[in-house]
Amino acid sequence: MNAEEYIVRSETLNGWPVRLTSYRLEQRWFCAVDNVDPGACIARAEGASREEVERIAAYKAAGRLARTRRQ
Amino acid sequence: MSQQTNGYAHPEALVSTDWVAQHANDANVRVVEVDVDTTAYEQGHVPGAIGWNWSTELCDTVVRDIVPKAKLEKLMSAAGIGNDTTVVLYGDNNNWFAAWAFWQLRIYGHGDVRIMNGGRRKWMEEGRPLTTDPASPAPTTYRAHEPDLTIRSFLMDVRSAMGGETVLIDVRSPAEFTGEILAPPGLPETCQRGGHIPGAKNVPWGKACNEDGTFRSPEELAALYGGVGVSKDKPVIAYCRIGERSSHTWFVLKYLLGHDNVRNYDGSWTEWGNLVGAPVERP
Repeated sequence: MNAEEYIVRSETLNGWPVRLTSYRLEQRWFCAVDNVDPGACIARAEGASREEVERIAAYKAAGRLARTRRQ
Repeated sequence: MSQQTNGYAHPEALVSTDWVAQHANDANVRVVEVDVDTTAYEQGHVPGAIGWNWSTELCDTVVRDIVPKAKLEKLMSAAGIGNDTTVVLYGDNNNWFAAWAFWQLRIYGHGDVRIMNGGRRKWMEEGRPLTTDPASPAPTTYRAHEPDLTIRSFLMDVRSAMGGETVLIDVRSPAEFTGEILAPPGLPETCQRGGHIPGAKNVPWGKACNEDGTFRSPEELAALYGGVGVSKDKPVIAYCRIGERSSHTWFVLKYLLGHDNVRNYDGSWTEWGNLVGAPVERP
């Protein structure tokens, strides 16, 4: 198998820029959300469609980003 | 090697995705994936690749330290790696933890270790094959060398270097460097104070990479680090938050640009930013 329909797109969650990387491996979809700078993965999800995994991963990421404090 | 490696000081330390596609199953080659996201390997990896977990396998899980020698020997033996095996490391996020593994393998004297330029992202974007089948190599008996600590910096080394000719490079993001945030967005805060070590220059690790995750050209890298005073006649200490981003910069300076006297301070900001009385600079 290989990664199909690989897409990276940018968004802002709770005021922080993030990247959503999603792709399909055979019938399963995966999404990882990273924090752009420095690029660490902060949430991920897998499921049956791109819409589903992006929604779940973005929800998890938004919760974690909400806990980041600016000094 | 591909043209991507031309012009680097040690081109043998870098291989292309093409090279891995052609040699991953060679008898004397072992490909190893090390990711920030420790679940990524299970989703799909380069066929034949072993997966290592940085948070449990590439460290001492009791004392805060790099992987102990005996533990590394077990890890390498179980991965089917012999002392003469060519180890090719790759991972997500432009090879953050692949560089962390590379640095530790060099500490323990493994001779032939390389990084796949572009890492996991480039392999996937190129539509190359993946498998979820874990590799099951025949075990070996690996013997590590005594640790070479000339490429590692401890707290006392950093303290001694402050105010001297050593160039301190903080490779974290500008927001971490200035103390605006205590940890990368979305990750747990692991220090009590924000800011940076006095005198450090901020060169975020990612500036060494192209958009596709590959390393920038030798000319671009030389200009990037030369711009903050890095030169071959001055020692360099790189640090970040926990030592993995700075091992990436250490790799760039030592293997791509050929600086001999470069060390990675893996205690990094989680050590310095928690020290009672340590000087902190904030703009």
